[in-house]
Amino acid sequence: MIKVENITKIFGENTVLKGVSAQFEKGKTNLIIGQSGSGKTVFLKCLLGLFQPTTGRILYEDKDSSKLTTAELQFLRNDIGMVFQGSALFDSMTIFENVRFPLEMFMNQSNSEMDDRVSEVLKRVNLEKAHSKFPSEASGGMQKRVAIARAIVHNPKYLFCDEPNSGLDPQTSGLIDELLKEITEEYNTTTVINTHDMNSVMEIGEKIIFLKDGLLEWEGTKNEILTADNKHVIDFVYSSKLFKTMRQGMLEDLKK
Amino acid sequence: MFQPVSSIGKYFLFLYEAFKKPQNLKVYYKLIMREINDLGINSLGLVLFTSLFVGAVVAIQMYNNFDGAAIPIPVYYVGFATKTVLVLEFCPTIISVILGGKVGSFIASSIGTMKVTEQIDALDVMGINSISFLVLPKIIAALVFFPILIMISMVLGIYGGYLAGIITNKWSAIDYIQGLQMPFRDFYFVYAFIKVLFFAFIIATIPAYYGYNVKGGSLEVGRSSTQAVVWTIVMIIIMNLILTHIMLG
Repeated sequence: MIKVENITKIFGENTVLKGVSAQFEKGKTNLIIGQSGSGKTVFLKCLLGLFQPTTGRILYEDKDSSKLTTAELQFLRNDIGMVFQGSALFDSMTIFENVRFPLEMFMNQSNSEMDDRVSEVLKRVNLEKAHSKFPSEASGGMQKRVAIARAIVHNPKYLFCDEPNSGLDPQTSGLIDELLKEITEEYNTTTVINTHDMNSVMEIGEKIIFLKDGLLEWEGTKNEILTADNKHVIDFVYSSKLFKTMRQGMLEDLKK
Repeated sequence: MFQPVSSIGKYFLFLYEAFKKPQNLKVYYKLIMREINDLGINSLGLVLFTSLFVGAVVAIQMYNNFDGAAIPIPVYYVGFATKTVLVLEFCPTIISVILGGKVGSFIASSIGTMKVTEQIDALDVMGINSISFLVLPKIIAALVFFPILIMISMVLGIYGGYLAGIITNKWSAIDYIQGLQMPFRDFYFVYAFIKVLFFAFIIATIPAYYGYNVKGGSLEVGRSSTQAVVWTIVMIIIMNLILTHIMLG
């Protein structure tokens, strides 16, 4: 479990996060939603330790991440898997090498053990035939699946994803959501996904937090978001006519 | 006003991070081999071509200067003068400037692209010291392979002068070889290779610093790459003067 206590992040004169507190539970897909510029990415980067919060603290299993020793921090990092928005695959390595990389760097395993694990994970994300391709030869959806494979290859406790559906067609997007949900259940990870894809919210949002202008404006589940009475949440989630009509219909059904 | 001073400070902090203990020697060994290929072997063609032709040009110019001199200078001095110019200045400095352009832009743009595509963040999230991971293998590869490149350049440059004599028929092979065999201070080679080691360090680190600190998109990667090459060349030239003053002044 990850607990965030009242974190703020200030860049120069710009306060991006203004005292956000949240809790992300194990074995669940936790979604962070909000408009562009609402502080989602900064929040995620604070969770990952890429940015240090100006005030407040982040607790991984009740341990304050800012007070960990170098060895403890490295131990924590080995428990983290991250899927970046643009996949962030290493261009100079093949897909197989990309996925093998975290194992090679930190795991004390034999070559055959590592190769077996990489093959297993690539099979899990349906990429068993793409081992020798380079990232530049793979489609956007394939790259995302490789990034997921790389993130889970070392059995992390925490899985973070920054807009995993950006730039993907709706069908591939749905497959990625499904994969993330399945992996969260299989590996029992604390999964935190940063997104503004409403399909993801409706499909996999077991816990959702909504950020607006650096503040936590609303939190709940995908079912609760339907009946949310927060104007900003409604404006954001149901911004399209289709979603508005769908919500109307569903609310009427609920009344009946 | 304080920006250059703070940049120098940041550069040294960057170097401090780069020299931290490698996290996995096996992986670093592989990276060093790859960097030797990317930075060294891939520059071999350019170095061979440039050295051969400039060696020929230097020899022809030496011949013309000696030929028009008021005091007669024996033709075999062409070989001696060509060797001296190539060993003392052309090969260590000018080839390093050329490498600064080619290798420097490659380092700055490749690290810069990794930065803007979040590949460096990916390394950091995994708990990898990204500066050491990206820069230390480049420094080692440059320090190991650039002296070899310069040695090859010296041999090729001298051979270029030899070929020029055969093609222009202005001096004989025997004269040229006789000039090459004239007494030459061994320390000149030491001086040349010490310079190369300093230049190799500059070529590996300044572009890496610029690439690592890119903020923005592809346009900024291009800009930082250009800046990296400019500052690398400027630093090579300044360092050349300092080292020459210290060792030969």
